[in-house]
Amino acid sequence: MARAEIAARTLRTDRWWLPPLTTFVGLLLISIYAAFRTFQGDFYWVDQYHYLTPMYSPCLTEECIPAASHFGRWFPALPGFLTPPVIIIPFLLGFRITCYYYRKAYYRAAWASPPACAVAEPHSKYTGETRFPLIAQNLHRYFFYAASLLLLINIYDAVLAFGTGVGLGNIILLVNVGLLAAYTLSCHSCRHIAGGRLKHFSKHPVRYWMWTQISKLNNRHMLLAWTSLIFVCLTDLYVALVASGTISDLRFIN
Amino acid sequence: MSYQGKFRVWRGDDSGGGLEDFTVEVNEGEVVLDIIHRLQATQAPDLAVRWNCKAGKCGSCSAEINGRPRLLCMTRMSVFDESETITVTPMRTFPIIRDLVTDVSFNYTKAREVPSFAPPKDLAPGEYRMQQVDVERSQEFRKCIECFLCQNTCHVVRDHEENKEAFSGPRFLMRVAELEMHPLDTADRVDQAQDDHGLGYCNITKCCSEVCPEHIHITDNALIPMKERVADRKYDPIVWLGNKLFKRS
Ligand code: SF4
Ligand code: SF4
Ligand code: FES
Ligand code: FES
Repeated sequence: MARAEIAARTLRTDRWWLPPLTTFVGLLLISIYAAFRTFQGDFYWVDQYHYLTPMYSPCLTEECIPAASHFGRWFPALPGFLTPPVIIIPFLLGFRITCYYYRKAYYRAAWASPPACAVAEPHSKYTGETRFPLIAQNLHRYFFYAASLLLLINIYDAVLAFGTGVGLGNIILLVNVGLLAAYTLSCHSCRHIAGGRLKHFSKHPVRYWMWTQISKLNNRHMLLAWTSLIFVCLTDLYVALVASGTISDLRFIN
Repeated sequence: MSYQGKFRVWRGDDSGGGLEDFTVEVNEGEVVLDIIHRLQATQAPDLAVRWNCKAGKCGSCSAEINGRPRLLCMTRMSVFDESETITVTPMRTFPIIRDLVTDVSFNYTKAREVPSFAPPKDLAPGEYRMQQVDVERSQEFRKCIECFLCQNTCHVVRDHEENKEAFSGPRFLMRVAELEMHPLDTADRVDQAQDDHGLGYCNITKCCSEVCPEHIHITDNALIPMKERVADRKYDPIVWLGNKLFKRS
């Protein structure tokens, strides 16, 4: 028996192409900005107020400004156009790329698989995440562990910056780690590890409680994915502007 | 307030067919299924449509309206413009029988492939006291009315007929999740989900959740938790080590 004969790829009449297009443009712009800042290799540290951009934290190579390397400079200077963040960026990028939300976002927006619901995808074959390379999406959990560690370092940086007083930069760094923490906690892997994997919630009341709280955050995972991503860029931009002397930090105390 | 609405309805069977234009009276408070019934009563007595409850509870009247998979009985005419032409087509993913009626037996086959609930052998009836928190997750999945709109929309089978063999679809992966999360189920659902029901084909693009008339969070609460369980089993050394050290199962 055959399917109903309908030639059109979709009969949808709404603007189904708008969300994937917006997602695509948004991710593209952010990638361009992040790549530019990564390879700029400068303006990541404000010595006067101890602001360190999250994109360069921790700064671990010989070319790092000594005061910005809160955990020491473990690696020799990197050759050529490479800059300190290339050591941590694979983890941060890996975390976002294997994130269940971003997967949905770019599978739809960049790979059109599918572009929108009930709109036929252009590919003739489809194996999803059953084989290499996409089976590697299952490694999301490792990136979650790594990103959690980097988040703790970002929190440490943000707290450390208060040692010189309080300025707008401090508030921005603080909001930034708040959003990053909310995004990381709302992760599906985190939800699973905290309690989702249990069969008997009633036997583990504490983990059940944690699961319940994380589930609430998890409901907003997409929102947190976007706000935290955009805010990291804004934080970095602010630090870059202050570090380069383009603007001066607004100080509240001292 | 009534008006003459413009409709295009797919008519035909497995030997072919196409969209036919109709003008039908639309009255205040009506749903698309009312229009289809009026069409049957006045202009096309042999139009085939499957329905039963007209209350969004039997899951019979699944179709596609302006290209969007929906229940005919739960789609209000008031969401459309009076000037709009409304297209009604059968579900695409399943073989056509006639007009708006498709053969959904694919779903029954997949349902039979999920091994049934397996409580511990030595558990006597009445011995176990179920706590509400232990069944809450499964209860969300029990809201399913088996309309198969999710199965119809999932691109894995909608766009790739050849994947029907390997992939059970969101509705039945959710059934596997329901059993897996049941405190008394002893069967090994994790390997089953990956190896027998094609969980790996799902790329969590969430169209099943988007069309579910019961608003079940299929992807977030069933599919992703199952993917995480597979990751536990197959891809996480820390969990593996923890299980070894503390002898958990
Ligand atoms: S989330 Fe998975 S099961 Fe649901 S429609 Fe998308 S690919 Fe299919
Ligand atoms: S899960 Fe939702 S969309 Fe799928 S069959 Fe059940 S009620 Fe229908
Ligand atoms: S699911 Fe998005 S960060 Fe883990
Ligand atoms: S007729 Fe029962 S769900 Fe529509």
